[in-house]
Amino acid sequence: MAPRKSAAAASRKKPAEKSGLNGGITDFDKATELEAYREMLLIRRFEEKAGQLYGMGFIGGFCHLYIGQEAVVVGMQMALKDGDQVITGYRDHGHMLATGMEARGVMAELTGRRDGYSHGKGGSMHMFSKEKNFYGGHGIVGAQVSLGTGLAFANKYRGNDNVSVAYFGDGAANQGQVYESFNMAALWKLPVVYIVENNRYAMGTSTARSSAQSNFSLRGNSFGIPGHQVDGMDVRAVYAAAVEAVAHCRSGKGPIILEMLTYRYRGHSMSDPAKYRSKDEVQKMRSEHDPIEQVKARILELKHASEDELKAIDKKVRDVVADSADFAQNNPEPDPSELYTDILL
Amino acid sequence: MPIDILMPALSPTMEEGTLSKWLKNEGDSVTAGEVIAEIETDKATMEVEAVDEGTIGKIVVPAGTENVKVNAVIAVLLQEGESASDIGKSAPAPAPEGDKAEAAAAPSPQRGEGGEQSEPGEGAKASVPAAPKTEAQSDPDIPEGTEMVPTTVREALRDAMAEEMRANEDVFLMGEEVAEYQGAYKISQGLLQEFGPRRVVDTPITEHGFTGVGVGAAMAGLRPIVEFMTFNFAMQAIDQIINSAAKTLYMSGGQMGAPIVFRGANGAAARVGAQHSQCYAAWYSHIPGLKVVMPYTAADAKGLLKAAIRDPNPVVFLENEILYGQTFDVPKLDDFVLPIGKARVHKKGKDVTIVSFGIGMTYAVKAVEELSGLGIDVELIDLRTIRPMDLPTVIESVKKTGRLVTVEEGYPQNSVGTEIATRVQQQAFDYLDAPIITIAGKDVPMPYAANLEKLALPNVGEIVEAVKTVTYKA
Ligand SMILES: Cc1ncc(C[n+]2csc(CCOP(=O)(O)OP(=O)(O)O)c2C)c(N)n1
Ligand SMILES: [Mg+2]
Repeated sequence: MAPRKSAAAASRKKPAEKSGLNGGITDFDKATELEAYREMLLIRRFEEKAGQLYGMGFIGGFCHLYIGQEAVVVGMQMALKDGDQVITGYRDHGHMLATGMEARGVMAELTGRRDGYSHGKGGSMHMFSKEKNFYGGHGIVGAQVSLGTGLAFANKYRGNDNVSVAYFGDGAANQGQVYESFNMAALWKLPVVYIVENNRYAMGTSTARSSAQSNFSLRGNSFGIPGHQVDGMDVRAVYAAAVEAVAHCRSGKGPIILEMLTYRYRGHSMSDPAKYRSKDEVQKMRSEHDPIEQVKARILELKHASEDELKAIDKKVRDVVADSADFAQNNPEPDPSELYTDILL
Repeated sequence: MPIDILMPALSPTMEEGTLSKWLKNEGDSVTAGEVIAEIETDKATMEVEAVDEGTIGKIVVPAGTENVKVNAVIAVLLQEGESASDIGKSAPAPAPEGDKAEAAAAPSPQRGEGGEQSEPGEGAKASVPAAPKTEAQSDPDIPEGTEMVPTTVREALRDAMAEEMRANEDVFLMGEEVAEYQGAYKISQGLLQEFGPRRVVDTPITEHGFTGVGVGAAMAGLRPIVEFMTFNFAMQAIDQIINSAAKTLYMSGGQMGAPIVFRGANGAAARVGAQHSQCYAAWYSHIPGLKVVMPYTAADAKGLLKAAIRDPNPVVFLENEILYGQTFDVPKLDDFVLPIGKARVHKKGKDVTIVSFGIGMTYAVKAVEELSGLGIDVELIDLRTIRPMDLPTVIESVKKTGRLVTVEEGYPQNSVGTEIATRVQQQAFDYLDAPIITIAGKDVPMPYAANLEKLALPNVGEIVEAVKTVTYKA
């Protein structure tokens, strides 16, 4: 696994032109650019492989890919410190990799094998890592928002300065419990960063068709929760906003909302024909806003690395992913006795 | 007439309290709503407000008196033109308003001064009327020569909705992805095109909210069909289904109910994990005020969904993703409606009765075949409706076979099968030749791993073994 939320955090903080919460970006130094590149690439390649394994029948059920949204979780994670918690919905593979969970364990869970993070009992939507402070992996749209608020409650209760980061989609943002949570978080000044991953669609429903207010950064207004829209395709913008948002929470000012403007390239899940949007729309996002290509272009332009050096990174990432896929296909299924374990303590 | 001011209750269970303080003296005039005294119990203190205007004619219970019984006269209020000499002719005032005015004002003769204490419910015990029996109609006869059309369950459901929407302008469909996407499982294919966005309504992902909206619309007389993408998500909305839809008719004394259908995929699909795989048949069938339907064949899906849409009650209609693509014959009739509450004998037999419903039938049908190869003649009953349950059909069969096995995918504790077993042993004990076996899903959240998921679900082998056991051929 790559170093994450590492010492690089100190060196990457070059003063931003504008505040990160106002559309500013933080210029990354060489090490940070390369780290971001590698992290995002790992998620991209991992998801592509998961898609292949799904097609081959190794992965079953629902499988929601994160391709296109990589900059969101990678940029956020860079601003976190040990002990900060992360929770999300079912589009969760990227979050797991970003929090430092092992590709092997994630992939083996996707194939339902015994060395998967949940011993094969959770699947794509339900993985957890106590060690990495990753709290899942939730299949009920919106549920993670209240749970993430509860994680923040625990931080405040214990008097530590950790924050929790609760990710949810534009569709999830309409669930009632989101607002019940907002109210409590604001009332009790809970250290939670709410991340709306606005990828423009909830399954086949565009935000315009589902949301009376589709600027999700404003959704905390009536609770006095500050919110900001962030270019979620630019990892520097995400990072800049993340640093300020996390500082806001850590300093006891209560919750904050970041609306990440992003895009999912693939269908909602593997079985979605995605007829609700045009191929052009997808193509335009890919060619003009791809989060990985943006970093790559900067790296080359600023000569942080040569094409060959990037290829070498690529190769390493592919190796990690290929290894995880091998592992996940060959790892045995859980022992039948696992059926009755972990129900109660 | 002078008005008696009574000792109010602070809670429905309070029987006595302390009159701690009078804020008015005899002769003082009071206006309605004015605080005249304070009372307390070990749990709370409350201010007593005057309900009427007048003059305090007499303080009957002095300040500081403990153990004043609820509804005891504590003071007498004189109305205009009255004097102390009128006291004695007083009418009891409605109890003063406090936190729990309702409780104080409720007629409760037992709690009155000197009233006899009787155990609540004691008198009632003898007079609890028997629950009325409902008798379901039989299936309509299908005229000879009726064409049978192979139809998938998916198409049958869509056709049922389309026919009812054509017939009744008040019927509309709402849910996530039902319109433009044509249904997450393509059940509402073509409905938006035929009926337009007024009657085929895409909702945001807000189950609790849109279910309430549906129930409200039903209370106002519309006929909503609320689709849950799957019933797992209806758990977000279960309060509106139970507390609002199921109880309104009763709570309103029959004035208004909720003619509404809650439908969608129920139970396990394939490897979608613990949060997306549960059967709600037993859950909803627990609730008075709901009907619960769970069809297996396409014909039943069609005939029963049409009945559900016409039913004046809330109907929970449990479909199954795996069954959606299965094909069955459906009679080609203009208006094919089946009775809710009537089981269907899927196959006649004499040795043993199997009762199942919904996807459970797929296992049962296979087991029946296998068992017939072993020379065991099974009578297979498809319950179709879980509530009201057609017990007579089951009992009749058990009287013939003397043996019963139930099959379902839901959890084993408090399952539909255990309910059937209870009632059969109560009503046909003497006919049973073997203990009833109830087959259900395993008592575990649904695992994702392929091998574990298979183990968690019921299987044909288990049914075959159970039948051998109850027929003593094991
Ligand atoms: C309570 C609930 N309702 C419906 C679903 C089915 N469902 C799963 S994902 C999804 C769309 C969610 O969209 P969004 O929140 O925008 O997240 P995205 O998939 O775009 O990441 C729906 C309707 C569910 N899982 N839970
Ligand atoms: Mg979305």
